Amino acid sequence: MDFSLNELQTMLADSIARFIDNEYDFDTRQSYADSERGFSDDVWAKFADLGWTAVPFSEEDGGIGGGPADIMVLMESLARGLVVEPYLANIVLAGGILARTANDAQKERWLHPIIGGELHATLAYYEPQARYELADIATTATPDGDGWRVSGRKGVVPNAATADLIIVPARTAGNAGDTDGITLFAVPAADLVCQGYRTVDGLRAAEVALDDVRVDADQVLGEPGAGFAPLDATVDDATLAICAEAVGLMRVLTDKTVEYSKQRVQFGVPIGSFQALQHRMVDMLMACEQARSVLMWAVMLHAAGADSKHAISSIKYLVGTAGQKVGEEAIQIHGGMGVTWDLDVAHHFKRLTVINRLFGNADWHLDRLAA
Amino acid sequence: MHVTFGAEDLAFQDEVRAFFRDEYPADIRAAVDSGKEIAPEMQIRWQQLLYEKGWAAPNWPVEYGGTGWTPVQKYIYAREEGLANAPIIVPFGLNMVGPVIYTFGSEEQKQRFLPDILASNVWWCQGYSEPGAGSDLASLKTRADRAGDHYVVNGTKTWTTLGQHADWIFCLARTSSDVARRQEGISFILIDMKSPGVTMTPIITLDGKHEVNEVHFDNVEVPAENLVGEEGRGWTYGKVLLQHERANSSNTFRSEYRLRKLREQASRPVRGARPLNEDANFMRRLAAVEVELKSLEYIELRTLASVASGKAPGAESSFLKLLGTEIQQSIDALYMDAAGYYSLPYKPEQPVGEGNEINTALRYFNFRKATIYAGSNEIQKNIIAKHVLGL
Repeated sequence: MDFSLNELQTMLADSIARFIDNEYDFDTRQSYADSERGFSDDVWAKFADLGWTAVPFSEEDGGIGGGPADIMVLMESLARGLVVEPYLANIVLAGGILARTANDAQKERWLHPIIGGELHATLAYYEPQARYELADIATTATPDGDGWRVSGRKGVVPNAATADLIIVPARTAGNAGDTDGITLFAVPAADLVCQGYRTVDGLRAAEVALDDVRVDADQVLGEPGAGFAPLDATVDDATLAICAEAVGLMRVLTDKTVEYSKQRVQFGVPIGSFQALQHRMVDMLMACEQARSVLMWAVMLHAAGADSKHAISSIKYLVGTAGQKVGEEAIQIHGGMGVTWDLDVAHHFKRLTVINRLFGNADWHLDRLAA
Repeated sequence: MHVTFGAEDLAFQDEVRAFFRDEYPADIRAAVDSGKEIAPEMQIRWQQLLYEKGWAAPNWPVEYGGTGWTPVQKYIYAREEGLANAPIIVPFGLNMVGPVIYTFGSEEQKQRFLPDILASNVWWCQGYSEPGAGSDLASLKTRADRAGDHYVVNGTKTWTTLGQHADWIFCLARTSSDVARRQEGISFILIDMKSPGVTMTPIITLDGKHEVNEVHFDNVEVPAENLVGEEGRGWTYGKVLLQHERANSSNTFRSEYRLRKLREQASRPVRGARPLNEDANFMRRLAAVEVELKSLEYIELRTLASVASGKAPGAESSFLKLLGTEIQQSIDALYMDAAGYYSLPYKPEQPVGEGNEINTALRYFNFRKATIYAGSNEIQKNIIAKHVLGL
């Protein structure tokens, strides 16, 4: 039994921590979030140089052969800096589904430049009406000669407005809700319409519309009609990745709250000396430890290729309930300062809140566990 | 034991209901329903409309322009106002400094300030909290030093809500530091925001709004006649005001309005998704908040009955503040979950999603303040522990 990080993971955690300390303070993060594209292309190039974009991919795909545990370390480390660069969209979602489905030519064309930091891509996993049901796909693709024509809508697609390539699941057979009959298409951004916007956590997303878009046969990823399994597996990876980010956020929020309670003096003493607040901060710490423990369980199952859905739902439920509570307590104990834009704590809390509305909220995952 | 209204009260209820149905301007209603902040112009227009109706200050004594309503009528009014989702009255003039002036102010001050407060001609803001004095308000450091016929004020006030629109500010300032208890030596002073030496810095809140400010006083000369009541008694006056602030922060019927609207929304498909009332988890959580709200409604009614029978309201205002703000936050979380991932878009140029979904997360973030302001909920629990439980 060993819960310690291996050499690669320790290096990864250390180098990300150094990067955040030296080059990614809160003001810098805010300036990237406010920039036109919503992140820094220079920083993204650096992620590629340092090999962080290669972490989850096999060596034959041009990666370093990392797995869920490495992504856990990476996402948790990035959480501290509230990093806005599109790691989830480019690497975990688009890269993840391409690694699962693309043929050699397609990997050469799309996956390698994604790992190289030259191509931006994302996955349009949900439709506006889907309410977290991945198979609720009304976007249709109909045969057109040796290719297809695709029409439909995708909602709140991460970083879609700056993506060069958007991977679009569409229905080629069956009815909305069926897991059979879903086909994955790699669509250049120029062929579809994106309405981009900021999200409340300072990141970016877009509504995506496809209106009779012509797609060639070589843009189909994997077997036609068999797209649900890789889509579902990729979203499992992504869910676990943002849970790791959430656990990182919970810990940051707890540490910053404890620190603040030692500094903030009211009634002649630091507020951290009040037992009523001490107990609440202990509850926050307990929530962090519970979440970290369940996260590790889920990561180990997922890495072993075992059925990890119940474990992934368990950790997503925990960060959605106990995690949200940690965020709310962090704000409350910071008092008025906690609700100001200038303090990073509020932004950690907002990111955590958003994570709890991505890939199924707490109710949705508890349902999956109860079923 | 009964909660029924007599014929006279029912007639009054009809009158109030008809007013909010017929006289509440459609543009203001639409702005409030959208969940966005409403323009100061709309806020003032609404308050002046109430003034013309004679309903600007239900709680004021008749001699100063109050309505003369019975406690039951005031309750009926508050209920209809909340259920109509009317704009929340900016409290600083009508609900805060007004009552302090008519209770403790001089005849001259009453004549000078009350009519403009009543008619919403003058916008007031509140100078209580300071950077180092939040929950521990009595540790405030802003000084007002007497110099002949005026005071010289120095210090910084913070979390000054809507100070950017204000003409006047009422402040708690220290007029003496030679005191046995920190609560002594504090005075209640009215300051014209146009006085030389008053400057303001915006504070942007986590939802990106400019709602609160820091107000700086740098050798500001304030005429001595702007002191309310006796020098050094400001803490006592200020506490009276805080009880008004707390009782007003329960927002019981606006919460009821929002829950009704959510139930209505849950009964129909939004964006082509299945109606939310098919989601048993969500509906259970909604029902649980409805039970909480019912408890608040009846705590408020029991307080009302006790006031109507002549008892003074006391720590009950802390019950209302605690429960009312926690319920508001639970409702905000429900709205966000109803919107799901459509709670993510932040002020998009084109609307994304439908109706009230647009601002659900921003409202949830903004209203984290509710358990912090007007004496944090931790302070309310201290008050209840001390004054109700005798601990």
